[in-house]
Amino acid sequence: MTTTPTAPAALALPAAHGSCPFDPPPAYDQAARQGTVTPAELPDGAFCWLVTGHHEVRTVLSDPRFSADARHPGFPFLTPGRRALAVTNPSFIRMDDPEHARLRRMVTKDFLVHRVDAMRPGIQRIVDETLDRMTAAGATADLVTDFALPVPSLVICLLLGVPYEDHELFQAQSRTLLDNRATQSEVEAAQRRLIDYLTELAARKKREPADDMLSRLAAREDVSPAEIASTGLLLLVAGHETTANMTALSTVALLRRPEQAARLRADPGLVRGAVEELLRYLTIVQSGLARVAVEDVDLGGTLVRAGQGVLAMLSTANRDEELFGAADELEVSRDARRHLAFGFGVHQCLGQPLARAELQIALETLLRRLPGLRITVPEEQLVFRGHSVVYGVDSLPVAW
Amino acid sequence: MQVILDQDRCCSSGQCVLTAPEVFEQSDEDGLVTLRQEHPAPGLHADVRLAAVLCPGGAITASEAAGAP
Ligand code: SF4
Repeated sequence: MTTTPTAPAALALPAAHGSCPFDPPPAYDQAARQGTVTPAELPDGAFCWLVTGHHEVRTVLSDPRFSADARHPGFPFLTPGRRALAVTNPSFIRMDDPEHARLRRMVTKDFLVHRVDAMRPGIQRIVDETLDRMTAAGATADLVTDFALPVPSLVICLLLGVPYEDHELFQAQSRTLLDNRATQSEVEAAQRRLIDYLTELAARKKREPADDMLSRLAAREDVSPAEIASTGLLLLVAGHETTANMTALSTVALLRRPEQAARLRADPGLVRGAVEELLRYLTIVQSGLARVAVEDVDLGGTLVRAGQGVLAMLSTANRDEELFGAADELEVSRDARRHLAFGFGVHQCLGQPLARAELQIALETLLRRLPGLRITVPEEQLVFRGHSVVYGVDSLPVAW
Repeated sequence: MQVILDQDRCCSSGQCVLTAPEVFEQSDEDGLVTLRQEHPAPGLHADVRLAAVLCPGGAITASEAAGAP
């Protein structure tokens, strides 16, 4: 049986956080308790469906009747800035196949599991050198700016061929792009600066190629300069913001549950599984993945009509009690492999083998080398980034 | 058990290689999934079934039809 509710409950999106900084916002949890597909209202007043169940989220993200193309009328946007971003220079995450597959396949090669495995010693070196610098500078640090952010930035710069010296430019612009509080013109300006920067860099790589991804893209005849810039922007932003926030937030979560950190220190072999569990538990893309129905679909007994927007909530799906018993607990030794933190379907995160390797190496090394690592401010003073597309912590004062 | 691949649906996420490296690999050229063995030993069946569940593109089918070894 399908039902179409009459009056959608107005739910402010993105929703505010509750008392636990690691749990999905209470409003999403409440929606999840009401059903796996519930009506909601976007900040611009548009109607959309909030999809909270694990099974239904997988369906939305893998069924071609739901489109990722933001140019469709009805595509849900949380802010005008996000609309501008998706429409002016769309990268392949906002396209459907075959356009999406054509662009994505040009860059998959660098993220293959065996390629990333070959990068592990280089990642280990970057992690060690970053920690050397951090510990040489004193007995306290901001773990975000001194460790969690530089590590993935250095790695993605190396892979793409972006000079790390320019990190202040692209880190600041990325933050603006992902900030839900930024105005449309701020987002547009940040995007323009990054696009101009990458277009110029790619032109230089075409003249003087090196062994990196931008050079390989610039050398191709079948990809336009605009496509190179938007692909580069996607990989650059996604490549450092997500892993940086996962690293910092994972550290907070582990230090808050010292027995879990102790288990990892005692048995470093647990780190692979622990990273999957942290991905599940933290689910840093908290405001969900947007899609629009292009046909009528019966979704878990609810009729979603063509042209209606849906938000696939990874965070509540990852707290599904049937799949993950005691889902609200962080348990580093559980089998969390069915989590959806990287999304699902053809758009599932391309960089996931790299993200996994970086997180495994960064967390294992941090715990091993700094056995006395502690946060130096009370937890209430930590500023969590609820306003960002990628959840995290703004700064993390630590000592060891 | 017989493993069947639909390469057109593969998005090179690598989940299968992480889950059952004895059975799946990614082509060096384009990252598309390829099979190392079509009839994995019973000890690998659980991993193959999990790989089919985890595959974001729905590219993997583990067929346990009668007759399949
Ligand atoms: S898990 Fe599926 S999509 Fe990913 S590489 Fe394997 S077959 Fe391809």
